[in-house]
Amino acid sequence: MEVIDIIKPENQVFNKTCLMTDTTLSYCPGCGHGVAHNLAMEVIDELGIVEDTIGVAPVGCSVLAYDFMNVDITQAAHGRAPALATAISRTWPDKYVFTYQGDGDLAAIGTAETIHACNRGENIVIIFVNNGIYGMTGGQMAPTTLPGMSTSTSPYGRDIETMGMPLKITELIANLPGTYYVTRQAVHTHKHVRKAKKAIKTAFENTRLKKGLSFIEIVSNCNSGWKMNPNDSNVWMEENMFPYFPLGDIKVKGKLKQ
Amino acid sequence: MAKVKGAIVVDTETCKGCEVCIPVCQENVISMSTTVNRKGYHYAYMSNPDACTGCTNCAIVCPDRAITVYRAKV
Repeated sequence: MEVIDIIKPENQVFNKTCLMTDTTLSYCPGCGHGVAHNLAMEVIDELGIVEDTIGVAPVGCSVLAYDFMNVDITQAAHGRAPALATAISRTWPDKYVFTYQGDGDLAAIGTAETIHACNRGENIVIIFVNNGIYGMTGGQMAPTTLPGMSTSTSPYGRDIETMGMPLKITELIANLPGTYYVTRQAVHTHKHVRKAKKAIKTAFENTRLKKGLSFIEIVSNCNSGWKMNPNDSNVWMEENMFPYFPLGDIKVKGKLKQ
Repeated sequence: MAKVKGAIVVDTETCKGCEVCIPVCQENVISMSTTVNRKGYHYAYMSNPDACTGCTNCAIVCPDRAITVYRAKV
């Protein structure tokens, strides 16, 4: 069978979801944000909840998420996405509300909003993309930057004597009583992408059942900030990020996993 | 056992040439072109079409969703 015979509409098994607009993504080549955006939209499409979904975009690389995601979406002040999502979900309790945030937004300036929204157990989904650096502003050190990792504001590597250890915000909020489902995933290989999609689906189903807050951390690369090519940065992420940020479920159905 | 053959179509203008699709392809179907698209990126293309099984691995790791996958039974 020739290639031309296979490429027919009835044989199509994968295509970009209709919930992503045709706007070209503003992310660097190989950035995990693109996959994370697409996974969220594919899940919303598959669950058939696009009419009832409201997103909240953050400040950071993904500030333009409203240009790419073809759902009702608003944009919050820096770090305040969980507070805005709280307001939306309390005004319309039957809507599916999700926030999409990076580590500079959620774990730095928005730590208070994140912790309090998680402690109150709001019925929302938080998708947290952790790449260990401030990507948009030029690769400065973030709270999640690894010890010894050089960035533009820590050119000799992160000094843990003065800067402390990286903030494990996901483990932190997993210990709060309000969170129902807390997990850490990655999107750099096909196996991890499939697992991450399953996790996002579980999170939106928890919202449907009004179980409380679901929190999905996605450990991602920032090849421009880390000064590597995309495939090298994925290998570096596996070797250096995953030992400190181990993948897997941390809290399932309101119970911490040992 | 029915044999399955696949094919991919790359949107060459959307592809940013990040090469993330190459290591996840178990059959080594994908290579980077020597020519560039309008933005100056070398885009992915199917260099070994006979080996493609249509597994969608390349498409789901593509951040820009530039790859459409087709699969047919032979």
